[in-house]
Amino acid sequence: MMLTPESLAQIDREVAKYPADQKRSAVMSALRIAQVEKGWLSSDTIKFVAEYLGIAPMAAHEVATFYNMYDRAPVGKYKITVCTNLPCALSGGVDAGEYLQKKLGIHFNETTADGKFTLKEGECMGACGYAPVLLVNNHTMCNHMTPDAIDRKLAELN
Amino acid sequence: MLEIEIDGTKLTVPNGTTVIEAARSIGTHIPHFCYHKKLSIAANCRMCLVQVEKAPKPLPACATPVNDGMKVYTHSDMAVKAQQGVMEFLLINHPLDCPICDQGGECQLQDIAVGYGGSSSRYEEEKRVVPNKDLGPLISTDMTRCIHCTRCVRFTEEVAGMQEIGMAGRGEHSEIMSFIGMTVDSEISGNVIDLCPVGALTSKPFRYTARTWELSRRKSVSPHDGLGANLVVQVKADRVMRVLPLENEAINECWIADRDRFAYEALNSEQRLTKPMVKQGGVWLETDWQTALEYVGNGLKSISRDYGADTVAVMATPHSTVEELFLLNKLSQALGAGSASVGGRYADERLAAAQQGAAWLGQPIADVAQSKAVLVVGSTLRKEQPLLAQRLRQGAKRGLKLAILNPADDELFSAIAAKLISRPDQMVEALAGVVKAAAELKQAAVPADVAAAEPCAAARGIAKVLVDATAAEGDRASVLLGNLAAHNPRAAELAVLANQLAAITGATVGWLSEAANTVGAQVLGLTSGNLLSKPRKAVLLFNNEVEFDSHDGQAALAAVKQAEMVVAFSAFKHGAVDYADVLLPITPFSETAGSFINMEGKLQTFNGVVKPLGDSRPGWKVLRVLGNLLASEGFDFDNAEAVRKAALPQGESGVAAKLSNTVNGVAVTLQAAATGLVRMGEVPIYQADALVRRAPSLQKTRDAAAPLAGLSPATAAQLGVAEGDTVKVQQGEAQGSYTATIMAGLADGVVRLAAAHPTTAQLGAMFGSIQLTRA
Repeated sequence: MMLTPESLAQIDREVAKYPADQKRSAVMSALRIAQVEKGWLSSDTIKFVAEYLGIAPMAAHEVATFYNMYDRAPVGKYKITVCTNLPCALSGGVDAGEYLQKKLGIHFNETTADGKFTLKEGECMGACGYAPVLLVNNHTMCNHMTPDAIDRKLAELN
Repeated sequence: MLEIEIDGTKLTVPNGTTVIEAARSIGTHIPHFCYHKKLSIAANCRMCLVQVEKAPKPLPACATPVNDGMKVYTHSDMAVKAQQGVMEFLLINHPLDCPICDQGGECQLQDIAVGYGGSSSRYEEEKRVVPNKDLGPLISTDMTRCIHCTRCVRFTEEVAGMQEIGMAGRGEHSEIMSFIGMTVDSEISGNVIDLCPVGALTSKPFRYTARTWELSRRKSVSPHDGLGANLVVQVKADRVMRVLPLENEAINECWIADRDRFAYEALNSEQRLTKPMVKQGGVWLETDWQTALEYVGNGLKSISRDYGADTVAVMATPHSTVEELFLLNKLSQALGAGSASVGGRYADERLAAAQQGAAWLGQPIADVAQSKAVLVVGSTLRKEQPLLAQRLRQGAKRGLKLAILNPADDELFSAIAAKLISRPDQMVEALAGVVKAAAELKQAAVPADVAAAEPCAAARGIAKVLVDATAAEGDRASVLLGNLAAHNPRAAELAVLANQLAAITGATVGWLSEAANTVGAQVLGLTSGNLLSKPRKAVLLFNNEVEFDSHDGQAALAAVKQAEMVVAFSAFKHGAVDYADVLLPITPFSETAGSFINMEGKLQTFNGVVKPLGDSRPGWKVLRVLGNLLASEGFDFDNAEAVRKAALPQGESGVAAKLSNTVNGVAVTLQAAATGLVRMGEVPIYQADALVRRAPSLQKTRDAAAPLAGLSPATAAQLGVAEGDTVKVQQGEAQGSYTATIMAGLADGVVRLAAAHPTTAQLGAMFGSIQLTRA
């Protein structure tokens, strides 16, 4: 079995939300659950999820490559995604990104040598009023990320 | 009906018609890439933008349904500007490498760019480059040329049934590809080459060999399965360069299967036999036709004089033309040897005698998918009938209930309403259960010979599907028998039961003909009996490679080896080199005029598209000369048409009168549950006839891989065999060693080991008993 019974139970719960002949509707949730367990989505994981839902592996692969919150390569323990879309950029999002790059000593889409942090550039997170914003591991949203706030966050994650 | 005005022309169209269809119906061409009449609407190329009155911006004609009173302008300023804009965007990332592109000259992008694009580009920035993908041995890729119309994606998902191609990534990073590490393995995959409007997907075997304007186009008919797909054979300098579909909605729609498309490679194969050859003192000598035919004539004369005419056997395959089979049968009868046979793979001698006519589909091909329910008995449907399987898939989407009774639960990429998996030697009992269940449901009399049957739940499920489907007036259902039923040693009993089931439920019985001319051979009176069941002194093999074209290849091979004289009429040098005395080079379908009668009883004639290779000659001409040499009457024909006229004096109407699926005089004898292992020896898709066996690209596909010994999980556990183990298989004296594989959907007690393959030809009967041990 590729995923733990806990993950499969979560996927089953998502599948149950849709009619029995439309299991493919649960593909996004299923991929998310698989990524939480595995850390990233390998081709084997995607294929497993596709077969679990009874859809073509390519159909799941399309979804996994379309959305940038799915990781198709291993990431560090903490994946920090900074929004650099226009409203954030106007309110310091780009600066936050540059500060993080300097601080961690890596560029976007890179992982620190100790495997702790991966830095990504993200798309609008729907929180422009709290800019600059960043996401930790896709699930934790952090607001008003000034250099001070970033320092505190990084210390907390360490 | 809705009224619409297109460029000032008024017309009425049915509700639900799109603007592009309405325009097409009056001959107005709207440029498009992603739209295809057989695929779902994507509206992502934006090339078909037109101006619609009262709409603030141009609308895509392919995705805009006609509204009553709509006024459409396809050449207005707004439409032209929109089309030019889209064209400019499409060309931004297109490499414009037309001089080295295989699609050049037949490229929709090229044509539409000339018609609707600007004369030069304003784009000076870098173009994107996309890595090529490995889609297998048939499809070549140049992904930088792709314009993301997604026709190929929609084809694999909607027509082929399994989305093997997809669009990965997003925006500028999107790429058309197969799943990482997987190739496109569909048996109808080649159609994406025709669908691709640019040169992104092209034919791998055809690549860089010719330009479209150098090729002459000639109509022909596919010589493979019983469908008789219509072909356009493209020829350059007397050589077949490639094969494309000829649209015929009633038969192949606009598709062809990969074997129809790529088997042409065999026509130019090194293995072609180009000179008559005679074996003298164990050495093959090339000779001329006169010598070879006289040798054959004298040999046949002396054998029938010395041993009697009934020691001669004449055997063909049903891939031969009507003309060839007619003359071959005539020759066989003139020799006093009785009817020629095309039934090498048949095992039930009772079937030929019981059939009251030529077994056929029972209905037009187009009607099959209009049935409310279809029961397929004994067929590896996708591999035996790739395009018919596709039709049933479309039918299933519209609500057709597909039921199967088969030894293996193969993936059909269709919704299956009911299925009964049964070992080959128990299919009769399984079908008897369905008949009894149907009779009980209908409260009809249970036929006497199935009274003892015990319908299982699955049998009742199938019966219910068929009974429900025919409940309403005018609704039809079909019971179709495939190759696994036809080649079954109890085929006649299956045919009786299918007819009983049809009588009870009001369904139509049909046979899925295995070869292009299976129906034709029966109409002409050839037998499907096994002529090698008793020892023969002389054997005439017409297109027949006994080791591959027989139910029991090993027995057939032994039978021809002990014959005094074996004459092989063949387009190829094949196994007969070991056992024949004379090899006569006859031409394949591309080099002779002829005709086939397909599974719906349609007579389709064709002409040779190229000259015979070397000294090879059309089969009918060789048989004419041989007939005259043997001093028989009535072999004087000037052309293939005259032969056809003699063979079928009333043409197609005469054919229709001879079609019948009725069987008489066979009793169904139910047997106790079988024990021991039984073989399921289907004929693999790319071993079915002489051409596909020698088409190198088809032989590189996954469907052509060497057969594995398939076992159900329970049977494998019982035998102590695991996936990938080497196993020893024995049938009588014959044995072989194979790799085992576990197949979840296989009936218990079955060893699935394909027949007609070089690695399995030495084994025994296709559906005989078999022993298997771990090596």
